[in-house]
Amino acid sequence: MSSKPTATIASWPRPPRESEVQPVLTDLLDLASDFPILSRKVRDGKPLVYLDTGATSQKPRQVLDAEREFNELHNAAVHRGAHQIAEEATEAFEAARSAVARFVGADVGEIVWTKNATEALNLIANGFLNASLGRGGSSASRYKLGPEDEIVVTELEHHANLVPWQELAAKTGARLRWIPVTGEGRLDLQQLEVINERTRVVAFTHASNVTGAITDVATILDRAQSVGAYTVLDACQSAAHLPVDFHQLGIDFAVFSGHKMLGPTGVGALYGRRELLEALPPFLTGGSMVEVVTMEETTFMPPPQRFEAGTQMVAQTVGMRAAVDYLGAVGMGRVAAHEDHLAGILLEGLTQVPGVRLLGPTSSEQRLAVFAFDVPGVHPHDVGQVLDDQGIAVRVGHHCAQPVHRSFGVHASTRASAGVYTTTADVEAFIDGLHKVVKFFA
Amino acid sequence: MEQLYQQVILDHSKTRSGEGQLPAPNGQSFQVNPTCGDECTVQVSLDGTRLSGLAWSGRGCSISQASLSLMHEMVEGEELAEAEQLGETFRELIHNRGQDLVPEKMELLEDLTAFTGVGRYSARVKCALLGWMALREALAQARLSTGGSGQAPHTQA
Repeated sequence: MSSKPTATIASWPRPPRESEVQPVLTDLLDLASDFPILSRKVRDGKPLVYLDTGATSQKPRQVLDAEREFNELHNAAVHRGAHQIAEEATEAFEAARSAVARFVGADVGEIVWTKNATEALNLIANGFLNASLGRGGSSASRYKLGPEDEIVVTELEHHANLVPWQELAAKTGARLRWIPVTGEGRLDLQQLEVINERTRVVAFTHASNVTGAITDVATILDRAQSVGAYTVLDACQSAAHLPVDFHQLGIDFAVFSGHKMLGPTGVGALYGRRELLEALPPFLTGGSMVEVVTMEETTFMPPPQRFEAGTQMVAQTVGMRAAVDYLGAVGMGRVAAHEDHLAGILLEGLTQVPGVRLLGPTSSEQRLAVFAFDVPGVHPHDVGQVLDDQGIAVRVGHHCAQPVHRSFGVHASTRASAGVYTTTADVEAFIDGLHKVVKFFA
Repeated sequence: MEQLYQQVILDHSKTRSGEGQLPAPNGQSFQVNPTCGDECTVQVSLDGTRLSGLAWSGRGCSISQASLSLMHEMVEGEELAEAEQLGETFRELIHNRGQDLVPEKMELLEDLTAFTGVGRYSARVKCALLGWMALREALAQARLSTGGSGQAPHTQA
């Protein structure tokens, strides 16, 4: 780890080293040793059992190394400057874009860097707003919204895919509607009539960060496309857990976040079909996204640069590239199978803890290894505290999704969520720990 | 864990002394903990310089509910200055990273010393103090509405 990096400019950005590609030995993955933090101790010497991947994932050494290597050898501002390391930095930045685009089934020009998925969603919503205010010329008029229009979201959304649309509706006069959830925490596809000829945008999650339900994207897309609405997919929870291909899905826009897919914080991405990005007015404006600036007015760059104002988070994009290289080398099919196996153990274990009520599908079909639950009579903070005392890290609270909690008649919950590095020992420790919680507060 | 969840906390989180509403409060305050959505409302009524009535409602974890319950038991009927001194001392304890305060302060706190361990968990500090923040604000409001008897509270949580 402390060995001095050697300058290997010609091979930058480099393909994954052989040692970074895990050999196929069994159906289950055994990757925890790639994640330094997972070997640390917490709370008086207990091994860390990390089941809060839904909030943020841990980073493999390959990601940490890639960021450090970039900072030690190639750090410079991108898309400006003619010196050698500025060229290298720009090359690394754009190569990261290509790698991430390939990973999610997009063309390179269809990926816009953002600081996180929240910013990406705000970028889309504010693009619509700016078009509605007359910005972006005639090509942006396709995005104009007014009081006769409707925006559809879902009751399952993270606040990041709800609040920007509420704001857009409030500012344009458009009506906000939503697809409700079923008692099992899935989108109620019997109620798709909320998508109608007045609907201009349908924004929905690929997988719920609370219930773990995976959305039937094709069914919602069919309905949205039949009325000519734009579609926006929140892929934050899916991108690191399922094979995701935006072209194949046929979605118009999608967002995802680096830190939820083994990458760094401070970097996320927007996907938009090329012709749609071409027509979308910018959200953040300033340096790096302009062509000609006079004192009176400015012309903007084509996408993706049009949406990347200001100095960019270059090292983080390099880290995110290392993350998708890592996931790609493992194979997303294997990742999904591994987590499916863990979901089965979690599901069975949770149903055997006395009194525990699952907030989400009780079958392992079309669901992630993300389990929010309620322990009647015990507040989630107390559940989390007693688990934490055993070294088990889970999320407590409303997980930035108050409406879906309200639909279950609770204000908060405890959530265990797995990732590519989670082991069967981790989920078994959690189930044991939860039994102790119930006993402690009995 | 037993050090954090002392029996007095577990008991008070279930029995909940003072839960309810006052018919004609002189002041009240609603507080929310945005990280978990927990909330509470504290109502007070004054009789001169005495805190003659206190009632609370809300939802939250065992720490926050027990803190409200004990607060009711310890400050209702007390002189305002004493209730406020207790509140400040309790705040000091919770911000003391799990360590005891000087003996005379620990004595003043009586059963509230059960919360000493909460200070070791920064994420739980707000749980313990939510009700006391509401009390301070409710008292400030009550002083205004009753013509400002006693001294205004001045320290921050």
